[in-house]
Amino acid sequence: MIAPAVPTPEEWPETVFAVLIEAGVWLFAYVPDAGNKHLIELADAHPVARTVLLTTEEEGIALCAGADLVGKRAILCMQSSGVGNCPNFLTLAKGAGFPILMMVSMRGGPKEQNPWQKPMGEAVEPILHAMGVATFAIHTSQELGPAMETAIHAAFETGQAAALVLTQTFLGVKQF
Amino acid sequence: MSDWPTSTIDRRELLSRLFPAPDEYLFISGLAGPARDAADLTGDGDNLYTMAGTMGAAVSMGLGVALSAPEARVAVITGDGELLMNVGALCTVANQTPANLSIVCIDNACHGETGGQVGMTAGLTNLTAIAAGAGIGSVMTISSAEEIEVAVGFLTDSAAPRFLCCRVIAGPPVNFNRDLDLARCRRRFRNAYLGAAE
Repeated sequence: MIAPAVPTPEEWPETVFAVLIEAGVWLFAYVPDAGNKHLIELADAHPVARTVLLTTEEEGIALCAGADLVGKRAILCMQSSGVGNCPNFLTLAKGAGFPILMMVSMRGGPKEQNPWQKPMGEAVEPILHAMGVATFAIHTSQELGPAMETAIHAAFETGQAAALVLTQTFLGVKQF
Repeated sequence: MSDWPTSTIDRRELLSRLFPAPDEYLFISGLAGPARDAADLTGDGDNLYTMAGTMGAAVSMGLGVALSAPEARVAVITGDGELLMNVGALCTVANQTPANLSIVCIDNACHGETGGQVGMTAGLTNLTAIAAGAGIGSVMTISSAEEIEVAVGFLTDSAAPRFLCCRVIAGPPVNFNRDLDLARCRRRFRNAYLGAAE
């Protein structure tokens, strides 16, 4: 397989979507965020992929586990604040070995303009690590492909839950 | 307080009457009493995944199964407390319109596992009204043993997704000790389903 070209910042959702489809992911569970908007649009437009709009992120952990029970692959997409809604249900990852794959678009980093985002933004990785989820932070376009390959392998080949963490360095900082 | 009719349903005989052919279903159950009842129904079979934690996860896990295995009949067995902890999942189910998913809530109006503390459905909360408000088109409440036969038809003939609230006597669930190893039970369910699908 020819390694995909390093995407420009504008086209990274196309790259992520193509890699996920190639890996057999068909169910895209999400709570809407600017960071996953285009990815979900791509999934909505795909003939096989299915999107599931959630009321709260924890639903998505259980939904992904349900897909795994019948041999299907799913991803859960959320903003960093949503990680705080997930720990109890991550028992399914840490205790049962369900292959939970997450994509977290970050808020609350160094240049964040909304102070309400900072406490949870700073707690994302400690919370995920405490509940057995390995994190793969992406700061540059060059890091995207290798991080995705590692995270997908971790989740679906070894049963190690994994989160792709898209930093604000990568995504850009929301302006108010 | 609400004016619910007094229930005459003993939960210990409910599921076997609702599901006379349990092998035809994939079951997901939430924690506590509903898990014991569901394990008794299937003999803790490999077409059942029960939880003993993750309160509030049953409906969402059942939806994940139903969407991913559209050829299967999927039933979620939950309780009033478990359902209320993630009641938004009913909205998600309604908007996904899975044509193969039934949700059965064993509503004993109390938290039986932790000492029988009074729950909100003993008061003013009506789960069937919540399910209907979430957008689930087929909803039903039963509270008498005579209505169980009507509910059997509801589970087979009404348009899915469907929600059945069973108001039961606040007595104990079946005393069934199921496998609590959550990783082993995942493999058991998966291997049985994927083996059967091959």
